[in-house]
Amino acid sequence: MIRKTHPELGDPAAGNGILSRRVFLEGTLVVGATGAGLSCGSAEPLAVQPWMKVPGPGFAGYGQPSPFESKVVKVFPPPPNPPGVGASRTPLHMLEGMITPSGLHFERSHSGVPEIDPDQHRLVIHGLVKRPLVFTVEALSRYPMQSRIAFIECGGNSLALNAPQAQPLNVAAIHGLLGCSEWTGVRLSTLLDEAGIEPEARWVIAEGADAAAMSRSIPLTKAMDDALLCLYQNGERVRPSNGYPVRLLLPGFEGNMNVKWLRRLKLTAGPAMTKDETSKYTILLKDEKAWQFVFPIEVKSVITRPSPGLALRGPGFYEISGLAWSGNGSIRQVDVSADGGRSWAPAALQGPILPKAPVRFRTAWQWNGGPAVLQSRATDDTGMVQPTRAQFAAERGFRGVYHYNAIASWRIDEMGEASNVYA
Amino acid sequence: MFTLKPIAVCVSMLTIAPAALAQAPQLGQPIAPADIAPWDISIGPDGAGLPPGQGTAIEGEAIYVAKCQACHGEKGVRPNVALAGALVGGMGTLAPDKTPIKTVGSFWPYATTLFDYVRRAMPFQESKSLTADEVYAVSAYILNLNGIIGPNDVIDAHSLPKVRMPNRDGFIPFPRNPK
Ligand code: HEC
Repeated sequence: MIRKTHPELGDPAAGNGILSRRVFLEGTLVVGATGAGLSCGSAEPLAVQPWMKVPGPGFAGYGQPSPFESKVVKVFPPPPNPPGVGASRTPLHMLEGMITPSGLHFERSHSGVPEIDPDQHRLVIHGLVKRPLVFTVEALSRYPMQSRIAFIECGGNSLALNAPQAQPLNVAAIHGLLGCSEWTGVRLSTLLDEAGIEPEARWVIAEGADAAAMSRSIPLTKAMDDALLCLYQNGERVRPSNGYPVRLLLPGFEGNMNVKWLRRLKLTAGPAMTKDETSKYTILLKDEKAWQFVFPIEVKSVITRPSPGLALRGPGFYEISGLAWSGNGSIRQVDVSADGGRSWAPAALQGPILPKAPVRFRTAWQWNGGPAVLQSRATDDTGMVQPTRAQFAAERGFRGVYHYNAIASWRIDEMGEASNVYA
Repeated sequence: MFTLKPIAVCVSMLTIAPAALAQAPQLGQPIAPADIAPWDISIGPDGAGLPPGQGTAIEGEAIYVAKCQACHGEKGVRPNVALAGALVGGMGTLAPDKTPIKTVGSFWPYATTLFDYVRRAMPFQESKSLTADEVYAVSAYILNLNGIIGPNDVIDAHSLPKVRMPNRDGFIPFPRNPK
């Protein structure tokens, strides 16, 4: 994956200050090439702080982030909507790596977060099966389990970029309906085999135990392929806002289909045509037709740093960092541009690179203090390349709402402030 | 050396280990269809699952005014709650270059979805509280406001799936789904 034919460390790799990614692979910078802004006079004498002299507080049953990190929270709009309708968004610009802390995983709910007693919860499998079956959470917990790291992205993520004018929004507000966890649970195929699938079955209608009884039709092929009934998220039981005590994971498929608080799976010959697969989560095209059953999240990336609200402090060296993901496979390459897409250089990809999981990418950038437009462009291992905004619009226009995955742009002005632009 | 073995097992579980799943414990308990019925609220586009009962738009108006209008607005046109959405109108707005107003009338391909959704999720604050007659009636009212059925048309398990929605042929499959 690492190309040997790269320019010298610190050499320009693309226009407007993009440097070779070798800096990340070898861990050192050639100071001469990136010196400006690195040295800013001598440091202050070191202070002996109070916490260095007295014992700190004792243990806590469940650890919390430092109080100094209190700004790192999910964002959600105030009422007028009834409580529990809408979404809270992950502050992607304040996070690093590929895993989303469970408490910061975005949430889209249609009727609030139900408080489910796991002892009372049941999962029923019925319809076109030989043996309708009911499972308790305790029973599910006794099956052989599997873990996988996978993203979940709401089909409505980034929909703000359909607007005719670029809105003054930050990463969380535009792209924050994305999270990634290590999910652990039971393969759905194991339970469907136990129930015995009738030959006419083609679809599985999944339904939540929330007050909205959120419901989606899932192709049986996906259910039998890699669907997971998740009991654990990042090592602990799934958070209530993410589907406690059991949620469906359909790796790579739009978030809404990954039904939370799963209570029922009905095998059928055809789809149910539920509200969330007709009225919503369909993509109205330029003509009067709409795409229906748009399952995979197609290849996509976003720069999380620099980004709006994270101003640069004077010219010099910066890391451009972001996430790239594809619901169709693994990320093969991410290219980064600082001149609005005129020139590109490959970013360093932070391992592990896993299918249907986000990859952290990093690019070294020497900001000269002038205007710049930062972009990232991901390619997955099916060969699909993230489209430009113009290519995206040429195929489907901007009326589709869902599955917006075009290249996004941050403009950096002379003050170092970043803003959302179309470029 | 022995202590290293469990670690090796954990790592291989992260990648897929289907062999381990061959011996599933079979812990599902059989359940009779009659005992599933209270949960089996899915309605197919062919009407499969629709319960007995009936209603007309005339009967549905009072239910709508009492239980829906506060959020969805008078006659379903202008919602008072942003995400609730308009239920009525928008005809012709799917045309190219128009700003689409997607409502039950202008966009929904199947009338059965209306029954399915209202019964499971509405009214928002007390879902699953309406009787089958009430859901048929309020569905009829919304269909009538959209000009799709008449005010006295009886909507029931037989007639609802036959209601032809204006945008019935408006959907095409996404061309790039996995095989
Ligand atoms: C307290 C406010 C409230 C009340 C009362 C209410 N709704 Fe809703 N309704 C909503 C919200 C919010 C949504 C969107 C839910 C979501 O996000 O999935 C919605 C969605 C809907 C939809 C789907 C709209 C679409 O285009 O997808 C229909 C149909 C509907 N409601 C019908 C009704 C009916 C019929 C009643 C009365 C029996 C009712 N609602 C009462 C708030 C309300």
